[in-house]
Amino acid sequence: MKKIIFSGIITLFLAACGGNNNAEKNQQSAPATSDKESTGGNPSYDANRGEGKFTKVDVSPSLDVAKATAGENIYKVKCSSCHKLTDEKLVGPGWKGVTSRHSPEWIMNFATNPDEMLNKDPKAQAMLELCLVRMPNQNLSDDDARNIYEFMRKNDGVK
Amino acid sequence: MKYTKLNLSLIALAICLLVGANSCKPKNEGNAVTGDAAAKAYVPPGKYDEFYNFVSGGFSGQLSVYGLPSGRLLRVIPVFSVDPEKGYGYSEETKPMLNTSHGFVPWDDLHHTELSQTNGEIDGRWLFVNANNTPRVARLDLKTFRTAEIIELPNSAGNHSSPFITENTEYVVAGTRFSVPPDNANGDVPINSYRKNFKGSISFIKVDKNTGNMDIAFQLRCPGVDFDLSHAGKGKSNGWFFFSCYNTEQANTLLEVNASQRDKDFIMAVNWKKAEEYLKQGKGKKETVKYVHNLYDEKTHTASSETKTEVTVLDTKDLKDICYFIPCPKSPHGCDVDPTGEYIVGSGKLAALIPVFSFDKVMKAIADKDYIGDYDGIPVIKYESALYGEVKKPGLGPLHTEFDGKGNAITTMFVSSEIVKWNIKDLKVIDRQPTYYSPGHLCIPGGDTKKPNSKYVIVYNKITKDRYLPTGPELAQAAQIFDITGDKMQLILDFPTIGEPHYAQAVSADLIKNNSVKFFKLEDNLNPYVSKGEAETKVVRKDKRVDIYITAIRSHFAPDNIEGIKMGDEVYWHVTNLEQDWDVPHGFAIKGALNGELLVMPGETQTLKWSPEKPGMYPFYCTDFCSALHQEMQGYVRVSPAGSNTPLLFSTGKNLPPKDSTSINP
Repeated sequence: MKKIIFSGIITLFLAACGGNNNAEKNQQSAPATSDKESTGGNPSYDANRGEGKFTKVDVSPSLDVAKATAGENIYKVKCSSCHKLTDEKLVGPGWKGVTSRHSPEWIMNFATNPDEMLNKDPKAQAMLELCLVRMPNQNLSDDDARNIYEFMRKNDGVK
Repeated sequence: MKYTKLNLSLIALAICLLVGANSCKPKNEGNAVTGDAAAKAYVPPGKYDEFYNFVSGGFSGQLSVYGLPSGRLLRVIPVFSVDPEKGYGYSEETKPMLNTSHGFVPWDDLHHTELSQTNGEIDGRWLFVNANNTPRVARLDLKTFRTAEIIELPNSAGNHSSPFITENTEYVVAGTRFSVPPDNANGDVPINSYRKNFKGSISFIKVDKNTGNMDIAFQLRCPGVDFDLSHAGKGKSNGWFFFSCYNTEQANTLLEVNASQRDKDFIMAVNWKKAEEYLKQGKGKKETVKYVHNLYDEKTHTASSETKTEVTVLDTKDLKDICYFIPCPKSPHGCDVDPTGEYIVGSGKLAALIPVFSFDKVMKAIADKDYIGDYDGIPVIKYESALYGEVKKPGLGPLHTEFDGKGNAITTMFVSSEIVKWNIKDLKVIDRQPTYYSPGHLCIPGGDTKKPNSKYVIVYNKITKDRYLPTGPELAQAAQIFDITGDKMQLILDFPTIGEPHYAQAVSADLIKNNSVKFFKLEDNLNPYVSKGEAETKVVRKDKRVDIYITAIRSHFAPDNIEGIKMGDEVYWHVTNLEQDWDVPHGFAIKGALNGELLVMPGETQTLKWSPEKPGMYPFYCTDFCSALHQEMQGYVRVSPAGSNTPLLFSTGKNLPPKDSTSINP
């Protein structure tokens, strides 16, 4: 019963937040009535990569310390309100192990393009059902996203 | 079933009768609105309007922004009054904006609007507005749609002929409606010593062309009359300014009668380039006065208020060749200059004609010294020598004129309740349409610039009466939009407005919408009390002052449990909104706060001062629906008696085990 009520809330919420037909650049494109929009059944959608500008991220086996430090500074300002560095869920999921759950492209696309991903991506939508708060667009630059990814790697034990 | 059908046909019959009866009445709204009117004002859901309309909020002290042609209210920008919807005048950061030399003034009267111009065309950077009661001029930033700056005017009272600008926004002017004894003179004099002791004052406020920052360059000391409205020359008449004035009788009581004695009052022509020369030559006198200058800093999200103590005055009695009076029939109100800069239209509100003056003829009359005498040392030009011609029988009570850029002018007629379109060259009336009721100002996009964009005229009526559903004795004011692309002006929409709109400006949305700020960058936030991330949140006690550095993000506050506040403390809540996306403000409200609430934009820090009035538990929460868990965005602050030893504690999400004995441990 609770679950039904919750999915009702989600549908309402998505419908309420989705629409704004005007802006060309609008990141919250169409309302995500998930049946219509979900790409789960769309074979051309790359669920590993997600939706966004990142198609191929080069990651070296060892840690780029400068990037990880820059990423940690952004984390403190823009991410730490909702994400712990352990596996404990706060508002959003804890970051421990995130780099093994998702590809770097998927993480960086989700971080920079959350609205479109939440409208389309099956894994993002599954997380929204658990967390119930749409991840805010924190207007990260491409470099910000890459640095945060490096910090996530550090958090996951890459040396 | 049959019965229902019968009922329906009776209703239909009744409707037909009603419509039929209505169509017999002349001039009602039913036949004033024709055919495709609805389609012309229709903007489909989700589509943008073509124009922004910046409309004075009159006695509300605020500025309203509408979309045209839909007439939809897009925003109310607080300027000269506190605004609970935005926290303006309530947050510690915005309070200094309403500071004056008299102290904090919570409510003023905003009259006129003027968009900044470059080369006589609207440039979409700033909007200037005036406070009429406690004389001030404000500059609004059209990137943030916020009040950026307010400057007070010394030696002034009733700042009515303001804030009109020169064609490159070099100056904003502010002329006094009330003449008064100057600030550095003794004002404790008999009121009927008006002629001896009362002076008019016109301030020329310099505008920095890069920052927009305002500074009073000089004031003109003028004869004691009532200055009413003004407009700058443009093109050929750039370098001149024109002010209408009434009460040249210099009455100090029952002006309704006593200031309506003369057949003609004046339009004062001001050669401001000449005034600049005198200023450079050091001919101004410095006077000791007191006025404030308030600036809002977008980086610190904080306003500052500075008191200034000196102004330079040029006395028009001693310094020749600055001012000239042009006789203008019957207490002129509107003073409007056509797009070419050649024609100056004075609207004598008690006159049955509209005089149109020629700039070339005024210049020739000055060169030939074609004067009929002087008024308080200022030459008075012969009426006929300045006049281009008169619009005969235009209607009753002409007030304001705007221009369509196609050689025509449109004038509002207050008494006969209509707008009248006339040709500037031949002075013949082309069209007249009723308005509902008694129009004051009117606005054509760019209608007082070199380049009007003449698709619509919007008329701001002074009387509403029966236009909308009754709402008790107090009614919204009625604005009306006319399509002016055809031969006949066509009424297409009524829309209600806030306060009482005086002047308005309109401009193509393309000039402004793409520059609109969507959020403030956290990296750029220089508020001294910012928390850049939850790691920086804290509660700091210094004696009785407690600073709470708190953040808001969907959907929690950090910290949200605070203990150790004591009676007698002065608590400052510094709320930083950590969101970095468009349209995600958070609100902040705490029970019993006498200082109101906050609304905090993404990336911004705002401060609420709070002095708890008794010990106890005080909940606080977010007032602006922010997410599915908005209702969970709440916290508690515990207030203990003065002198108690409750330790200062603050946390979020620590989930300490409940202390009370009735709780069930999970």
